[in-house]
Amino acid sequence: MAAAHTDYYIPGPSHWPVVTSIAIFTMFVGGATTLNGAGIGPMILGAGFLLFLYVLFGWFGTVIGESESGIYNDHVDVSFRMGMMWFIFSEVMFFAAFFGALYYSRIYSVPWLGGEGSGAATNQFLWPDFVASWPLLQPPSDYGFSSFKETIGAWGVPFWNTLILLTSGGTVTWAHWGLQKGNRQQLVLGLVLTVLLGATFVTMQAMEYGHAYHELGLTLNSGIYGATFFLLTGFHGFHVTMGTVMLFVILMRSIKGHFTPKHHFAFEAVAWYWHFVDVVWIGLFIFVYWL
Amino acid sequence: MSEAASHHDDHHDHHPSGLMRWLTTTNHKDIGTLYLLLALVMFFIGGAMALVIRAELFQPGLQFVQPQFFNSMTTVHALVMIFGAVMPAWTGFANWMIPMMIGAPDMALPRLNNWSFWILPFAFTLLLSTVFMPGGAPAGGWTMYPPLVLQTGAAFPFLIFAVHFMGASSIAGAINVIVTVFNMRAPGMTLMKLPLFVWTWIITAFLLIASIPVLAGAVTMLLTDKFFGTSFFSAAGGGDPVMFQHIFWFFGHPEVYILILPAFGIISAIVPTFARKPLFGYSSMVYASAAIAFLSFIVWAHHMFTVGMPLAGELFFMYTTVLIAVPTGVKVFNWVATMWHSSMTFETPMLFALGFIVLFTIGGFSGLMLGVTPVDFQYHDTYFVVAHFHYVLVTGAVFSLIAATYFWLPKWTGHMYDEKLGKLHFWLSVISVNVLFFPQHFLGLAGMPRRIPDYSVQFADWNMISSIGAFVFGFSQLLFVVVIWKCVKGGEKATAQVWEGAHGLEWTLPSPPPYHSFETPPEPSTIEGGMR
Repeated sequence: MAAAHTDYYIPGPSHWPVVTSIAIFTMFVGGATTLNGAGIGPMILGAGFLLFLYVLFGWFGTVIGESESGIYNDHVDVSFRMGMMWFIFSEVMFFAAFFGALYYSRIYSVPWLGGEGSGAATNQFLWPDFVASWPLLQPPSDYGFSSFKETIGAWGVPFWNTLILLTSGGTVTWAHWGLQKGNRQQLVLGLVLTVLLGATFVTMQAMEYGHAYHELGLTLNSGIYGATFFLLTGFHGFHVTMGTVMLFVILMRSIKGHFTPKHHFAFEAVAWYWHFVDVVWIGLFIFVYWL
Repeated sequence: MSEAASHHDDHHDHHPSGLMRWLTTTNHKDIGTLYLLLALVMFFIGGAMALVIRAELFQPGLQFVQPQFFNSMTTVHALVMIFGAVMPAWTGFANWMIPMMIGAPDMALPRLNNWSFWILPFAFTLLLSTVFMPGGAPAGGWTMYPPLVLQTGAAFPFLIFAVHFMGASSIAGAINVIVTVFNMRAPGMTLMKLPLFVWTWIITAFLLIASIPVLAGAVTMLLTDKFFGTSFFSAAGGGDPVMFQHIFWFFGHPEVYILILPAFGIISAIVPTFARKPLFGYSSMVYASAAIAFLSFIVWAHHMFTVGMPLAGELFFMYTTVLIAVPTGVKVFNWVATMWHSSMTFETPMLFALGFIVLFTIGGFSGLMLGVTPVDFQYHDTYFVVAHFHYVLVTGAVFSLIAATYFWLPKWTGHMYDEKLGKLHFWLSVISVNVLFFPQHFLGLAGMPRRIPDYSVQFADWNMISSIGAFVFGFSQLLFVVVIWKCVKGGEKATAQVWEGAHGLEWTLPSPPPYHSFETPPEPSTIEGGMR
């Protein structure tokens, strides 16, 4: 709690937030018109994305500059920490929606379509030949949805990816220890390893997607299994990619000599984010690939 | 004074003027004002849509608009009122009042604060532009149920992205409130001394952070079902359209408490002030709010009793729903007990607060009726439901917003508002709103379905009366704008305390308060505790 309010840094007027909104608005307009099939859509989307990149450099650049100038005291630091914590919690809830869809379809909708519970009439009148199973290789109807040969097994690439991500959680912690001890070599080495492990994870995941699409016939279109599989692992992969980019920025800042053993909120925020991505993966490994 | 402090001193009186001041501001009062103005504009846009609906329903048969457009009006009216009027209005009050109530200089994350506001005009441009698109604005209802919503024309991706955008704003705003309250309180402002508006707002913020991302997930699944071949909500692929309703209402029920919990805080501030008595049962108010918030996550399927659910589900959601009456009853009891043996006066904020207590309770009772599964089978999707949620949202949330505006307007502007016009506004509103919504109970019980532009002739009389009420209520709100405008322009000077019975830190600051609220924290001895 505030010992002295006057020390709390309150930034002056800033144009970054409203430019951020303009950038995202442009991206949304571009995305929506692209989906509606307008030829100009992708160009609007691209323009919005460039503006968004400019914002990322500009806004984060401003914050990094302020941080390095030492105007963020402990009190401000606590605000940042709480803010990041609740942001990560909101991300957890975002994934919860997709995990909810997975559990609901496995536990309720697929068995009901197969005639379980009070679903006898549904089964009889809609698709009497449909047999419920999980993984659901053959959706109830061919109309609009396709079947696929087999799922991606848990103990191949996903298992190695689990090890990679867990190891990267270790390397980022090791880098943190380095930072706290003032050992910059350990900090940089730990971050380099973490970034490499993150990039390896994403690459392996992308190769696995190629395998699923081309050899197994497992696509977004493969009924509820394909839908839950790709949206869950896809959003996770996107988060790993963002996390890797964030770690890379932290690595560059560490090389430039930013952060002190006591004052390094950005490092910790990214590390928390990385652990969050890690924990989501454990959930994915257990419920999407394994069970 | 440290270097940091002098750095911010450089800034705070040097803000750009004109439009740039408002675009770039990081000040909680400026941002609060922006939120409140946006909410007021949206209130009238959404209100105009409601009047289109009520004009069409004035008589049976089709009069003014095509059914498709009528459906767009019901859909967009709801989205505008919920996400554009009530939620931003609450965030506006949070911005203005929370730093002053807890003795802080500003919100904890001022640039994020600016961003959460400046998302909204862009999000509503996305949403409202769909009215002019091929295929029209979304017309499948604000709840966006598939498969109907997937038939939306060019508007569809704009609707989805607008929802994502508004959600980002709400999450950012909620994070800011939580961080401000937990990290920026003045020394001596312990949690159990917080004014109830602050308490109800942090609980609201938790609800926002936990529920809005689920909505984002749900509409993302709609988007991929429409454009990328997924089958979340298609039985042909093994999904289930009912699953959307489960995910949506997991967000949707906390959402209705997001709209009403801050109202409980407002009423708990106004009633003690004009009753000149401390609030009865402060701590039970805090616990009741938390209990309502917890329960809001385990009642969602009462919105979908008729879609088909295992019997155990129907029973579970009925019992949990009816259980909410207990903490809500605690609140109403406490407000009434606060007034017991008190010396009340009836200024406009108090009138609206009293209107709230009576009329919100009516909405609560009709909610209990709807919560009983077998009874809901008859009421589902009738005008009884429309009557219920307009009692809790218009005479509940909107009345408390109006009450709060009258309550703090003198603090914000430094002038007293026109009490005569305020009272006129109250009486016109309270009478017309009942003419508007009370007959809808009868229509619903008699079987009139909602979201249909035409109806059978036996519903004609009550519909006509309801429409008359709607137009009187709608145009009465122009009076509100007049009162606000006059008060901003001038009027009798307001004292710091404004109201004789007012207690709390915001009343220790001059009216209008300085640009940065508490540059130095208030003396701990001036902190009285939230009972007041």
